Order: sequence, then structure tokens, then C-alpha cells
Amino acid sequence: MSRFLEVLTIPTESRRNIVAAAVLSMAVASPVAAEKFGLGRPALPEEIAAWDLDVAPDGTGLPAGSGDVFTGEEVFAEKCAVCHGDFAEGVGNWPKLAGGQGTLDHDDPLKTVGSYWPYLSTTWDYVNRSMPFGDAQSLTPDEVYAIVAYILYSNDLVDDEFVLSDATFAEIQLPNADGFILDDRLEAEKHFWTDSPCMENCKGSVEITMRARVLDVTPQEATADEPPAETGDDVLLASAETEAEPEATPEQPEVVALDPELVAKGEKTFKKCKACHQVGEGAKSKTGPVLNGIVGAQAGAAEGFRYSKAMVAAGDAGLVWNEEELAAFLAKPKAYMKGTKMAFAGLKKDADIEAIIAYLQSHS
Amino acid sequence: ATPDPLITQVQDWASGLGDGVDATPYGLPIQYESDVVRRNVEWLTADTISSINFTPIHALDGTITPQGCAFERHHSGAIELRKEDYRLMINGLVDTPLVFTYADLERFPRENRIYFCECAANSGMEWAGAQLNGAQFTHGMIHNMEYSGVSLRTLLEEAGVKPEGKWVYVEGADASSNGRSIPLEKAMDDVLVAFKANGEALRKEHGYPVRLVVPGWEGNMWVKWLRRVEVMDQPVESREETSKYTDTLANGVSRKWTWEMDAKSVVTSPSPQAAITHGPGPLVITGLAWSGRGAIAGVDVSLDGGKNWQEARLAAPGTDKALTRFYLDINWDGSEMLLQSRARDTSGYVQPTKAQLREVRGLNSIYHNNAIQTWWVKANGEAENVEVS
Repeated sequence: MSRFLEVLTIPTESRRNIVAAAVLSMAVASPVAAEKFGLGRPALPEEIAAWDLDVAPDGTGLPAGSGDVFTGEEVFAEKCAVCHGDFAEGVGNWPKLAGGQGTLDHDDPLKTVGSYWPYLSTTWDYVNRSMPFGDAQSLTPDEVYAIVAYILYSNDLVDDEFVLSDATFAEIQLPNADGFILDDRLEAEKHFWTDSPCMENCKGSVEITMRARVLDVTPQEATADEPPAETGDDVLLASAETEAEPEATPEQPEVVALDPELVAKGEKTFKKCKACHQVGEGAKSKTGPVLNGIVGAQAGAAEGFRYSKAMVAAGDAGLVWNEEELAAFLAKPKAYMKGTKMAFAGLKKDADIEAIIAYLQSHS
Repeated sequence: ATPDPLITQVQDWASGLGDGVDATPYGLPIQYESDVVRRNVEWLTADTISSINFTPIHALDGTITPQGCAFERHHSGAIELRKEDYRLMINGLVDTPLVFTYADLERFPRENRIYFCECAANSGMEWAGAQLNGAQFTHGMIHNMEYSGVSLRTLLEEAGVKPEGKWVYVEGADASSNGRSIPLEKAMDDVLVAFKANGEALRKEHGYPVRLVVPGWEGNMWVKWLRRVEVMDQPVESREETSKYTDTLANGVSRKWTWEMDAKSVVTSPSPQAAITHGPGPLVITGLAWSGRGAIAGVDVSLDGGKNWQEARLAAPGTDKALTRFYLDINWDGSEMLLQSRARDTSGYVQPTKAQLREVRGLNSIYHNNAIQTWWVKANGEAENVEVS
């Protein structure tokens, strides 16, 4: 069919590779290209609209809507800051979204929306389709515009009056838009193609110049009997996450008979919490504290987790996470406890709260 | 010499009975192999949901990777999607946008092909220096399976690609969707829509019920839980093809669309997790080699840190974009070795040294580190990840 003879607008070097690959794969027996099989059914316009959400660099695919920096700051604080920080500076190992401009030619460049991402469409598209982590596709278009406006503001790319909309979108050029070249390995690395690699006396003396042992960032098996070696000063990629592992809570004899359906429902709802919290066998404190045994536990008591002052004070004052208190907290964390680190907005449905508590009880 | 009681005495297993055939309707490896598992490097990522683990290549042989220990990479966790709930949409610049069910896919002519899948970040932690002690951690973001599925070309032809279509955009059904743009020419060439691996259904962590197989190209493009293929006239420039999976050079400029995986190899044994335990004498040195540009033409092994090389024996002739197993059978004299392997592929490419790669790419690339690896094997048989001059 003639459409396959179209001249494609992909880079010459890639085309050469593809042609080479095609030649090599000719020995594979492929079914003969036949006429249509008549399988499948036409996709309906509503179905295409539901799934075809991607946005191209020129803004094609953007829905109508708008959001300003101030609104974005509020939405960001509620839905994004728990991982990305109040100022998009990133928490722990979670991605930093702001800063880093001028660092791309340094060692360990800081790659953010402001310093690295070439197209704003990518940010809009990713926030819209895949964020918040654990609650994807829950944002309205206006919220996405507002969040993206705030990310631009955090990168000093717009002022605080800025309103991002489908109309203003094309005005924004990201600083590193021209910082990319197409794969040039076939040219820049053509000396790696050689007919006769050296086989004998290819170099003089051979010295060991670096050892992995010096860094010692290899995960150790729990059963390994060798003592942990000293950590070098210069841990290259190892991030400085050194939170202590909390002691595993011993299994308590189960007293309350839990509704297994409710527990299963709670397990599903708990996906909203998983970005920060772990529960169950081997669970540890991460961005949020480990939740094994949380129902009936004193507030702020997971060992090794650095709680907010408010949470520690509440625990010291005798707050125990019984079902009532947990339900109130989960409905609106920030209203329930001013100063809590938990940035989660809260569960709107009572049924979800009930299910999550049942699920947590199953790990208590 | 003392007679071996394992031979002279009747052992339990030689007199009693073993398990019946119903003991393990779907078996796991025997308990004595429980150390042959995927492992995670906790400090690499913020959590285990958007993360990666590593194939225990130091403990495997042959070329096919069992699904149960093949590395996993998820961006929003491994989801559970029933075949009955599975839908694949082809839309965009096509004559008829189509929706297929899983059962529909099973009715198209099927193909079986073996390919490696390597994460672009495999060996990425080694750019700045020798860092992780074990082939599993330095080179374990790879697996090699036999896929059964339908050619993507067949499905695109069913929908009818319009002449202005130049790219396909592929995305998954999970929360990350992990979309990538692929040139139409590649999509029409050897890309598979796969639903079986190594004869059985894809495992959950490998995209059950349907994943994309993009031979020779970086693992991130092998979208799992594939739900949509859109024919487009331009690339989407999604998160995973701009902010990630692009390669920053020393001058701050970044390469993009570095899809092909360069030829690469590693000695899997002996290695830091697979010490020599038998002392001097016959020693099997073995490893894996692969190339995204074709088949492996040969592998050279050096015992002295790259000064002298000898050609290894390939277990079987290299095949297109699949793992090749190599062996070098030597009589080890018990002295220290600086073990290296060097892959050559059918395009004439020779795997470079770290110094050669750094010369072109600097230290900030993260992805596509295919440099020659060195294991320092000591007289006691233990090995360590090192760099040499």
C-alpha cells in the first residue's frame, strides 16, 4: 500500500538504523500482510474523548480553562506539596519542580520544569493525566492550569499576576526549549564502529582507579554477616535519606471481627495514601509514618518518624487514634490538626473513611 | 580418602517419598534457590511504587529470563487489569478508529519472537564511578523473553493509517500512562503487541494482559498495560521523552530520541555476588551480550583489565536484539584477574570503555551507559566492582 512509501520526517540516522534492523530481521517468518480481518469495532467519539488527552507542544489537545498563580499556590499546597514541597522544591527523593537554572553543564545538574523541560505542554499533560500520585485524573482543567501557573511562578518564569489558560498557553517559552539535539550517536560516536578492535598489548600498565567498596552503597542482605563498611564522604548518587527503620509492630491477636468486604474496599481506597504511607508486612516510615497498629495507637508514636510538633504534642496530651478520632482526622486533616505535616486534603466520603479504618484495623 | 557418606549412606530422599503431583499446581523455584530473586536499591527512588528492581543475572544461565525474577519498572505501581476489562484503542490519523478486546487480539495472526528489554538507566549509577557491587545491580535492568503476540503493523493496518501519519503515541492503562512517541517506520517494522512471555501469560508486573514490545529500543517505550495507540503527525513530547530518558552532555545540551540500546556485555560469573569457590583449576567465565542495533557478532574477554583480549565462545550464534550467552573456559592459576568483556555487533559497533564514553558524553548522562565493566577477582575468588586505568 502506497502510504507506507511516504517520506518520513524522522532523523536520517534513525532511518538508517531502522533499515539495518529491517534487513536483519528478515529471517523471521512474519505472517503475510493480508487485507483487513474485520476485528474490533469502531471507537465512539465519547470513548476517544475520554482517553485521547495528550497535549502537543503547540497546545493541540488543551481543553478550555484557566488558572492563576494564587489559586495554583492553594491547590499545589493541598495536592502536590506533600511530595514536591510548598515551593516546588521537592521533598526527600521526590522530584524537584523548581530551581536549577544554569546548572545543566555542571556536575549533577538540577533538572526541573524551569531548568530542563523543553515544553510547557509536557507539564500540563503530565499533571492532568498522571498527578496527583495515587489520585491521578482527579483534577479539573482549571486546577491543572492553576498548578502549572504556580510551577511557572516557582521557577520565576511568570509574575504573581499571571493567568495561564488555553489562550495564554502559547506565550510561554521554557528556558531550555533549545537545549536538545537529536540523537547524534552515529556521528559523534562513529569511532566506536571499528573493524579491528585491539586484541594484544592494548595498553601499558593497568591500575585500579576506583573501587565500589569505598562507596559501599550496595544493598546488604539482611542475613549478611559482614559488618557495614564506612560510608565514603563522596556518595555520588546515594541520596541522604537516612531515616531509621521503625521496629516492626508485633502481630496482635485479632479481637474485632472485621468485615472482609469492607477491608478489601479500604485496601483499594488506601491507594490514595500509598504515595506516603506503608502498611503491612515489612512496612516502613516513608514520607509519612508506618501505619501498622495505628488504630488504637497513641498519636505521633511511630518510631523513627519525625512528626510535626502539633502531632507530637497531641500524642503527649493523650490523643489515641480510636475510630472516631481517625475518622475526624481523615475527613479534613488540616482542619482537625493545625500544623500537621499530612498534606492530604481529606476523604470526602464517609464510606471511604470507614473502609480505610477497617483496612488499617486489619493491620493492627 | 574418607568415603562420602552422601554416597555410602542411604539418604532420606532415596528411601522416603517426595511431593505428589498436586503439591504445586504452579511451581516456584526450590527453597534452596531462594536467593535468586529481584532486588531493589532503596536509595535510588523515593518509594517502591515508582521504582525499579534488578534481575539476578549473576545467578542465571542461558538467555531466557524467567518472568518471576525479571526486573520490574513501574511509574505508578503494577496494576491488576483483568483480560475481560482490557480494551485497546487505535485512534488519531486512521481511516477508522477502532477498539479491540483481548479476545479480538487473539484472533489476529500471531508471532513469536525473542528480544531483550533493557532500561535506558541500566548501569546508570556507574557513570560517575564504580558504585554497586554486583552484576545484578550494575547490569540487572535487563531481561530477555520469548514474546507471543500480534504485530503492531497488523493492528494499524486494520484501522488504516492515513498518509499524514508519521508517529504513533502509545500509552498504558495505569495512572502514569507512561506515554511515548514512536516513529511510524519503527511501529510498522518489528513492534509487537504481546500477551504471552516465555509461553505463559504476562505477569502482572510485566503488563498483564498486554504490553508493547519495541525491539532494541529503550525499555521505557515498551509500554505495559497498553491501552491506546494514536497515529499522529508529530511527537507528543511527553514527560518520559523530554524531562526523562534524555541524555545531558557535558556542555549542558541534551540528546533526545536516543532510542536504540548500544551494544553491551557483562561477565555475570565470576562477579561480586558470584565468587569463585573452588580454587585454581578449570573455571567457567560466562556472561551476557546484546545490541539494540542487531545481533551480537562476537564477545572478547580480558583477564588483565583490557590489555589483552581473547575471543569468547558464544553458546549460540547471536540473534537480532536478543541476549547472547558467552563462555570462556580457562584453567585459572589462582592469581588476581581484572575481568572484562567487550561486545561486538553486526553493525560493526565495538563496546567502548568508560573513558571513551565519558570523553564524548561527560558524566551527567544517567542513561545509556554501555561501557565495559571490570570485576577485580582476587586470589581468594571474591570479586569487586572496580574501574581501571
